This record gives sequence, C-alpha cells and structure tokens, in this order.
Amino acid sequence: MCHECEGANRGSAADSGIPPRSGYSGTGLWTSLPGAGIDESYRIIESTPCGGSAAKVEESGMAVVASIKDFNRISDTIWEIPVTYKEGMRVPARIFATEKLLQEMDEGVIEQVTNVATLPGIVKYSYCMPDGHWGYGFPIGGVAAMDVRDGVISPGGIGFDVNCGMRLVLTNLSYGEVKPHLRDLVDRLFARVPAGVGSSGFVKISQDEFRRAVELGSRWCLENGYGWKEDLERTEEMGCIPGADSSKISKKAVERGFKQIGTLGSGNHYLEIQVLKPENIYDEKLARAFGLTVPDQVVVMFHCGSRGFGHQVATDYLQLFLKVMEKKYGIRILDRELACAPFHSPEGQDYFAAMKCAINMSFANRQVILHRVREVFSEVFHKDPSDLGLRQVYDVAHNTAKIETHVVDGQKRQLLVHRKGATRAFGPGAEELPEIYRKTGQPVILGGSMETGSYLLAGVETGAQTFFSTAHGSGRTMSRRQAKKMFQGKKLQQDMEGRGIYVRTVSYAGLAEEAGPAYKDIDNVVKATELAGISRRVARFAPVGNVKG
Amino acid sequence: MPFEYLDDIATADVAFHAWGESLEETFKAAAEATMNVMVGDLSTIDEVDHRSIRVEADAVDMLLFELLQELIYYKDAEKLLLRIDGLKIEQSNGLYTLTADARGEELDPGKHDLVVDVKAVTLHRFAVEETPGGWRATVILDI
Repeated sequence: MCHECEGANRGSAADSGIPPRSGYSGTGLWTSLPGAGIDESYRIIESTPCGGSAAKVEESGMAVVASIKDFNRISDTIWEIPVTYKEGMRVPARIFATEKLLQEMDEGVIEQVTNVATLPGIVKYSYCMPDGHWGYGFPIGGVAAMDVRDGVISPGGIGFDVNCGMRLVLTNLSYGEVKPHLRDLVDRLFARVPAGVGSSGFVKISQDEFRRAVELGSRWCLENGYGWKEDLERTEEMGCIPGADSSKISKKAVERGFKQIGTLGSGNHYLEIQVLKPENIYDEKLARAFGLTVPDQVVVMFHCGSRGFGHQVATDYLQLFLKVMEKKYGIRILDRELACAPFHSPEGQDYFAAMKCAINMSFANRQVILHRVREVFSEVFHKDPSDLGLRQVYDVAHNTAKIETHVVDGQKRQLLVHRKGATRAFGPGAEELPEIYRKTGQPVILGGSMETGSYLLAGVETGAQTFFSTAHGSGRTMSRRQAKKMFQGKKLQQDMEGRGIYVRTVSYAGLAEEAGPAYKDIDNVVKATELAGISRRVARFAPVGNVKG
Repeated sequence: MPFEYLDDIATADVAFHAWGESLEETFKAAAEATMNVMVGDLSTIDEVDHRSIRVEADAVDMLLFELLQELIYYKDAEKLLLRIDGLKIEQSNGLYTLTADARGEELDPGKHDLVVDVKAVTLHRFAVEETPGGWRATVILDI
C-alpha cells in the first residue's frame, strides 16, 4: 500500500515511482500518465458509458492515456477524476482549467491531486487550479479542505515556503514621471532589498526578538516603524494570524531565519515596478475601488515568503509527522511528502501554531520590504511616501492552511483549507474582508513571469465552488535546467532592456531560469479563472523594472 | 560528477540522481548535487572554515535527508557554503550514524557563481536504492 514508506531503505527502482524514460516524453499530460505513483505498474483511465471513468492497471507497465474524454467533463473549465481512479480516494479530484491548459499540465499533477484525495477528512474534492503543475506532496495549485473534527493537517499541503505571497503597492505616479528615474529606482531597490542565495536583511534583532516578531507579524513591524496602520487591514489576517506560538518552533528554524527579515530570497521571487496601461483595465469600477485611478499608473508588486525560517518549520514537522502518523494514528499515505497528523492531535496543533509563526514571518518580511520601497521612492522623488500615494492594495498568501467557515451541501462547516500555490479569493460580502473591500470582493494578486505581466483580480461569489480559491501565478511549464539550456542570462537581460524592462539580478543563471517562455501564458490562466467563475479580471500590469531574486 | 539532474520531474523544483559504489560515495555525490544547485562552480568554494557534521536516523534514506538538511541549514544560519569530506556511515542497533567533515567558506556573491537558493529537501519520490553497481539516490529539492 505504501511503498514509499515501507520500502524507503532499499526499495527497487520502481519503488521510487519514477516512470521509465522510454515511457515518458515529459511534454504533457496526455502522453503518459503514471498511476498511483506507489506501484511498479501504471494505469490508464477508461471511459464508461455513463461518463464515469475507471482506472485499471495496464500489464505492460507502460503509461498511456487515450484522450481528454477519459476525464469527466463537468464544464468547459472543470475536469473531474472519479474516486475509482485510485484505491483510497475519498473524494473525486477536480482540475479547473481550459482544455488547452489541462493538456499542458504535466503528469505529476494527476498523480498528486489524486494522492491528496486520499487524505483523511478531505471534504468535497481535491482541487487543482488552472496554473497547476507538478510539485511535491500536493500539486502546485492544490487546494484541499479538511473537516476540523476528523481531518488532518499536512505540511505537504502548505509547502516549505509557508505564506509565500504577493503584495501590490500603488503610487500616484504615471509612467511618464517614473521613466527618467527608472534605473535609479531599480538600482536602489536592488541594493535595499537583498536577494539571492542565503541573503540577509538590514533588520538586526536578537533571536528572542525574532520569536516575538513571528508571533506578531506585521504588527511587530508597525511597532518598529516599518509600516502604516492602514497596511494591516490591507493584508490577509490583518498581517498577524492569531495563535502563532513561538514555543513550538525549533532553535534551528530561528537560527535560519532571524537575519532574513526584509529579503526576497531567490527562484521565482521578485520585486517589480509595473505600469497599468488604460487598455489593460478590464473592470473600471473595481479598478477605481482598488485605487487604480491614474493614467499609465505605476505600481510595485513583489513576491516572497518566510525564507529559511518557514522552510525549517515545515521540515521539522514533516519529520515529526513521519514518526507518529502511522505508528500513533494509523494513517497511511501515498507519498511521504504528504505526511500528516490529525488536526486535533497534539502534533497537529503544535504544527498549526508553528506554521502560523511562519505565516507571520512572511507578513513581516513583506511589510519590511514595503518600508524599503517607500524609502527608495521617497529618496528618488524627494517627497514623503504618503504624498507619492504609496499605499498598499493588498497582501495575499499562497501557501497556507487556515480555518475558515464554508457552506457545504447547505450546512455551514468549519474547515481547515490547505492552499498550496493557490490564493484565497473571498467574494463580495465575506465577513473576513476589511470594510474597504467587503463590497468589491477580495483583491487577488497574480504574478506572471518577469517578461510578460501580472494581474489584479477580485474574488467572486461563485468562488464558493473552490472554497473561494483561485490561481496564484502563471505556473511553470519548463524545468529550470531546460530554461538554462535555452536562455542565456546576460543576453536575456539585454533583450529585456531593449523591450523597456530594466532588470537587476545577483545571478544570471537564476535569471535564465525565470525566462518568460518557462511559464504558461498568464492571460490564459487568468481567463480560465474567470470562465470557471472563481475570480474576475480587474487589471493587467506590464513590467518595466525588476529586481530578480 | 556522479550525479545527474532530471529535467522531467517536478517542474518548478530540481530533481537529481546521485550514485556511487558505496553509500558514502552516493551521499557525497548527493551533497555535491545539492550544493551545485546553489553554486554554479563548486571549485570556487575555498576551504576556509570547517564544521563537523554528525547526524542520525533510523533509516538510511532519512540519514541522507538529514545530511542534506545540514548543508541547507549552514547556508542560511551561518551563510556557509560547505563541501563534504571524510564521510563515514555506521549502523548499530537499527540506528544509522553519519559523521563527516564539512569544509568551505562564507558565501560571497562576488566570488561564487550563485544560482538559486535551495529551500528544503522534499520527500516526494525521495529514495536511496541499492543497484547492481552500488547505490543510487533520488532527490527533489524545493527551490
């Protein structure tokens, strides 16, 4: 049942779950599809007359999927994999995507979204958003809500980079006003917001003070002069999720993170100066409500997370859960990365309290970065940040598990909603939203690749079908190595400059890995979320300056 | 080098195979593969500083997990880029113990060809397997 657990020491090659090279082209979902990922055999899905599907093991061991009709097509943007696909599935899996996006998804998405469907306490469906791709444990774009009474909590459903998220900041400046200062702005931001491998920030605090900071999140930043009061209500959880308990975090986690507040990190993390062209406003009323009122308005968007601290919190509890999951709680899983514990167990509650510290670290990290952005704009334009309109639109979290109340089959239920590489997107009227956004629905910030563009969306009432969750970005389609083979960092930087995007980076190889073609077309991802009724378009921003993490 | 990055697995992250005739060689190769994700040219890491590593686990694959996590820990906590030498693995009463010398220096973007940060070692498809020629590790790193 659980080869990855049991055969971990000296398993056969097949136990690793890696498909044979000969049977895998790696180009998309439909060329090969491994089954459970726990067995030496692979599966195919067969259509049944009633529109359902059934999984069967193909004896040759080769993975073949006939066509898209093997999924239950619920609508043009909802694709269902029934519980018969894999032994142990408690609920069906649902992928939200257009047919084109679905075909572009890699095979790991299917393996992972159906593995998630086997977790105890999962409610309704195991979801994958339109930007979904192969992750570890959950797919990236994975959403699963667990009943708080009998469900589990899993670090693999949150990710190592807890509360990796996006923040969008307005200015009242037009591109015409910013353009002459663009290089200066980007160069200063590059110096003030450290990026890259193992970078540390300007906030010098003791380990004890760091423990306080991760309990308080953005509120700690305000206490220390790194923010405005209004920033709090424009951040999920008011920038401080209650229940964070620093007695539940390890010394190692603190040692990894206490010098890293105010740093971007690397990979797909970035800080961008962007422009909103008038033709890229899709909903004028909402755009105005979100503060987009200046022609060719310049905004700042950044993406980063809880840095080494959050990574270590997740690692610590992943190891703990592996020790107790089966022995103490009798839970068996299909991928060790899905290690979990009952939410109400002592281990589950400890992780929840520790993970909340990582959520708050990430809010604090982005809050301090916002402070640096305000400093830089103020220096360059010789004006107070408030006179430059440097107001935060919103701050959204991608990698979290939160207790939320949702209506399930007509009943209100408390659920622990895991979102991994997915964004909460509450619709208009949600009590959790601050007064300023209760009529509009929650602002949702979607980061695209550094070459293409990013979006501001809004949550919608029909988002209830995904427990108010939507996509988080454009989603990768190309491996990092492939991207490095295809693109040369220095040349990419020059090409981008030719197209009006000034980029600074600590790593040209890292820059090449983030080239635009390594990602899905964000326009298609965003359209899919709108078609599926899980969020709506407000505006699209074009990058003009980028600090690459 | 006795490791190979795998293009077709875990799109946004980095997967690799590392191998060797012995467990010790395999673990060393996996450590090099992990560090090479962060530093483009490992030969630029001079042996200026030294840390003794000792980790324990009740399974050989989790022993590798612990070793790689140590390298990631030192990169963040002390900004140290470390390479492994003198690696020894012992087994006694079902417990595996690994000791190693880790040598290297503080990371310096001006000197080291830094590429991308490794956040964590994931357990998705993580495996240490015996092969006809020795051992092979499969690792996916979170980027």
